[in-house]
Amino acid sequence: MIAHVTNNINYLKAKRGFMSWLVTVDHKRIGVMYLASILCFFILGGSFAFMFRLELWSPLKEFLTPDQYNQFFTLHGVIMVFLVVVPGIPAALGNFIVPLQLGAKDLAFPKLNLTSLYLYWLGAIIALYSLVAGHADQGWTMYAPYSLSRNPAVLWMMIAAFFLGFSSILTGLNFLVTIHNMRAPGMTFFRMPLFLWSMYATAIMQIFATPVLAITLVLLLLENFFGIGIFDPALGGDPILMQHFFWFYSHPAVYIIVVPGFGITSELITAFSKKDIFGYNFVAYSSVAIAIIGFVVWGHHMFVAGQSELADFLFSFLTFFTAIPSAIKVFNWTATLYKGSIELKTPMLYALQFLFNFTIGGLTGIILSILSVDIHLHDTYFVVSHFHYVAMGSTMIAFIGGIHYWWPKMTGKMYNEFWGRAAAILVFVGFNVTFFVQLVMGSQGSPRRYYHYMNEFQIYHQISTIGVIILATGLFMALFNLLASLKFGATAPKNPWGARTLEWEEADSPPVLYNFTKTPVVTHGPYAFDTEKA
Amino acid sequence: MATTATTGLPEHHVAHHFDSAQQEFDSNKMGMWLFLASEIMMFGALFVGALIFHTLHPAAFNEGSQHLDWRMGTINTFFLLTSGLTMGLAVIAAQSGRQGAVRLNLVLSILFASGFLVVKFIEYKLKIHHGTLPGRLWHGEGFHDPYVHVFYGLYFVMTGLHGLHVLIGMGLMTWCLIFRASSVQFNRKYFTPVELVALYWALVDLIWVFLFPLLYLIG
Ligand SMILES: [Cu+2]
Repeated sequence: MIAHVTNNINYLKAKRGFMSWLVTVDHKRIGVMYLASILCFFILGGSFAFMFRLELWSPLKEFLTPDQYNQFFTLHGVIMVFLVVVPGIPAALGNFIVPLQLGAKDLAFPKLNLTSLYLYWLGAIIALYSLVAGHADQGWTMYAPYSLSRNPAVLWMMIAAFFLGFSSILTGLNFLVTIHNMRAPGMTFFRMPLFLWSMYATAIMQIFATPVLAITLVLLLLENFFGIGIFDPALGGDPILMQHFFWFYSHPAVYIIVVPGFGITSELITAFSKKDIFGYNFVAYSSVAIAIIGFVVWGHHMFVAGQSELADFLFSFLTFFTAIPSAIKVFNWTATLYKGSIELKTPMLYALQFLFNFTIGGLTGIILSILSVDIHLHDTYFVVSHFHYVAMGSTMIAFIGGIHYWWPKMTGKMYNEFWGRAAAILVFVGFNVTFFVQLVMGSQGSPRRYYHYMNEFQIYHQISTIGVIILATGLFMALFNLLASLKFGATAPKNPWGARTLEWEEADSPPVLYNFTKTPVVTHGPYAFDTEKA
Repeated sequence: MATTATTGLPEHHVAHHFDSAQQEFDSNKMGMWLFLASEIMMFGALFVGALIFHTLHPAAFNEGSQHLDWRMGTINTFFLLTSGLTMGLAVIAAQSGRQGAVRLNLVLSILFASGFLVVKFIEYKLKIHHGTLPGRLWHGEGFHDPYVHVFYGLYFVMTGLHGLHVLIGMGLMTWCLIFRASSVQFNRKYFTPVELVALYWALVDLIWVFLFPLLYLIG
């Protein structure tokens, strides 16, 4: 049956019509649909942030009421976390790239893959509905008892997160099985591109952490409807237990967010330094190490939540260990750059930004994991900034870099390099102007999530707001540059970057329906730049 | 894509993106194992919650537990474990190509699973009658500890979620019986659907094996 479909036209043209996209099981098309959806939500979530940042220009009212302000930061958080950064890289780029880098025809479970896309859309629609169902102002963390108000907007938001979690589990499961069973001949585990190792580590966390979020959401919903008394203190429940469950997922979720960014950075730095990665095994294992350590540090979110001192101490101590694999990566990437023939193409500019931002994001994380310091910095802008250095400054930057890197493969078009670089520089400046001052004002005690603030913090807020305007300009420039290439871009060659992984060496741009006209046989490592081309 | 049989067994059609039947089988099996791992994490959270309440309100846990009927729990344990056995036998039958035995064992498993649900239904009915319902719905009388309703909150959530899994398992067995066992010849090279359903069912069993003592016996 399917075997008779011709396998020599590219996947975009293999079948035609709107329906052919909606019922496709091709991982590449699913990846493209994810990418488009995620970018739309990135713009939506970003708009909320843009608006409340403008509101914070002065401590008084600009154009949002305090209520609207609370809703806007809630919506920004929920959309960015559950619809953008958590699914982000794996669902969009991972879906497209994983089978190509493995030399496989598709993921192990193509129909399940489509199911996970539909679950994502279902979750997204419900999340959008919750915007109009009422006023969700509980913050993205959904702590009890804020989330036990039987507020329909909050309830719909939790239902949305439940479906999105399911989608995430299915994606992880699919990747893990695919990486184990679908590698091309000669593709040993240690010949895999590091992006695949990062997808592997991410998948472990998606499969083992997300179910705990799912059951927490179910319990919260039941608590709202029937008052089962598990989280509600008024009924004898334990709200701290809810926080434990929540962070048992949401700390690994931070690594679900950032580890894929590590993978992309490894690809970009090697491809644009024309050098083998320094210490492949260390970089590969450190992804898995982060995934494992990530499961035992969740309590660092609860230092002031009434956890025992012993637990505080242990969680603080364990959190220090996350610095080791992170530092290994940063050192190895830097060592890879050393004496490389570096080309400052657009994706590389994002990779270098990642290095810079992630170093700040990581080091501020260490500061926050110190018990005595965290007591003071807890719930200040310092935390907001730390988190954004990781989620936006690292993950989204790597994501955008990855989009630029694989754009020619996905679309068959080259974008304009000048505008690409200009946008990358604006994004770098805008991001750092926005968030660096937040570290400063946070360290001076400015609390997060407040509508009003003390006059002495106004200058920081204003700098931050100016930064956001620069950042938004850069992001839209990048977006328009990419979109313009679809119409005006030159046709992309098979391997414009001279990279050595399978998706570039063996697959066309864009790839054919089943990825390769014949199954590739792997004879060298992913970054074998020093050896002669086989 | 299927290679010619050298064994004389009918070949199962391998999906387009797999290279071999073995690769397909390994993938499916690993997929199910990972799914079960995620299920364990989900139920695991509930078990942790239950243990924490056992520590917070031991008297309430005790009192609630004593109002559960351990005899019904025991009957249900028997039902589930037996259905686990018949599911295992179904796998063995599928591997050795005895199609009739596959069908028989699937039917038996479904029957024992229904028995479990019937008993569970009776139990729920009694609880509703006595008003021992979770939280806000609680109108039980004659209880000493003010937090017994939390125990029943846990009871209904955990057994309810488990019951849902029993229901899904029965659905899978029925699917296996109607859409697979009738049209496909199982043999030692192809028995994936039965194997996967049996794996899933083993987890449903396993969860009950922990739920039963936790709710009915520890108290
Ligand atoms: Cu954390």
